[in-house]
Amino acid sequence: MITFTILYAFLIISVLFNALGVIGLHRFPDVYTRLHAATKCTTFGTIFMTFAVIVYSGYMYYWNPGQDHYLNMALHTVGALVAILVTNPTGAHAIARAAHKVGIKPKFAVIDELEKKEAK
Amino acid sequence: MKRSKAFISTFLFALFVYLFMTLAAGQSMVEGTILWSIEELVLGISVALIVGAVASSILCRSDDYRMLNPVRWIIMLVYTIPLFIEMVKANFDVAYRVITGDIKPGIVKITPDLKTDLGVTFLANSITLTPGTLTVDVDDEKSELYIHWINVGDEPTQTISGRFVPWIRRFAE
Amino acid sequence: MNLSFEFYLIVGAFIIFIIISVLRLFLGPTAPDRAVALDTINTLVVASMVGLGAATWETLFIDIAIVYAILSFVTTLFIAKYLEGGGD
Repeated sequence: MITFTILYAFLIISVLFNALGVIGLHRFPDVYTRLHAATKCTTFGTIFMTFAVIVYSGYMYYWNPGQDHYLNMALHTVGALVAILVTNPTGAHAIARAAHKVGIKPKFAVIDELEKKEAK
Repeated sequence: MKRSKAFISTFLFALFVYLFMTLAAGQSMVEGTILWSIEELVLGISVALIVGAVASSILCRSDDYRMLNPVRWIIMLVYTIPLFIEMVKANFDVAYRVITGDIKPGIVKITPDLKTDLGVTFLANSITLTPGTLTVDVDDEKSELYIHWINVGDEPTQTISGRFVPWIRRFAE
Repeated sequence: MNLSFEFYLIVGAFIIFIIISVLRLFLGPTAPDRAVALDTINTLVVASMVGLGAATWETLFIDIAIVYAILSFVTTLFIAKYLEGGGD
């Protein structure tokens, strides 16, 4: 029963944060702030989705010993978790760097030290 | 000697990934356990040999093999716990800003004083995943990071990287 | 217990999110905005694949999610490189 509650909590957190990420994508004014919403919230939501799948398949393996495909599924989901955790922030970093090189200014910025450095 | 060390570490890494992904998949060597079958092991070793031969010159470019030390891997695993706590805080912060639209953005410079590429990479990724900060550019020579901060405050170096640098120094330097 | 229905429901929600992100992909005033939208869509597709894997108990979905995550990362890097101007 407690596993059931945890699973529902994970799934609700996952949907909630993915929704926030997508709303932020439309609500924020420029590309940098959009990257904040898009990468952080969707990465977090997807991580909780994988947590939910790991807990679910671990639970099924615990109650059906000998059904190895449940354990195999949990391990593969750990692989997906690592792939998401490593690739997503790096991709965000690449887009932010490209945006700054193209010459897009951060809107409403109070300070921009990178621009000062490039102006030197 | 140099190439063989690179080859062996790439081979072991590829074999580890293969064995991890095929654990508990189908037939096993001993009935009723989750171990691998003989065919699976033979195939895994041959694929890992090919990967080692092709990719060792790309994956192991420097002569630095300090990451082969298992203690560093264990510290790296422990590091995910404070990172995860920071991530939870970060996400509630960003969620608050998505709903209210209360932002004060800017790009600041921090000097974390890390020497290795791996350390800077880890710090940049950790910063991207945590409170309201996003790495925009890295200056390799001076080890400076330029961070887009969604709510600019005082003392950027201490506030943004203070919690991660001691951890990263423990396993990456 | 069987949560297949819940997982299908969540995958449906993710598909709606993907459609909303596609809107930004068309609207986005600058090219990096479109790249951000594409990155978001990729992450959401990976999440839906993991959810479908759990709903149908097919490990194949998870394998494809891993490969999709890595390939989409390479795509994002290439788009970023192209936007920078290809140089260095």
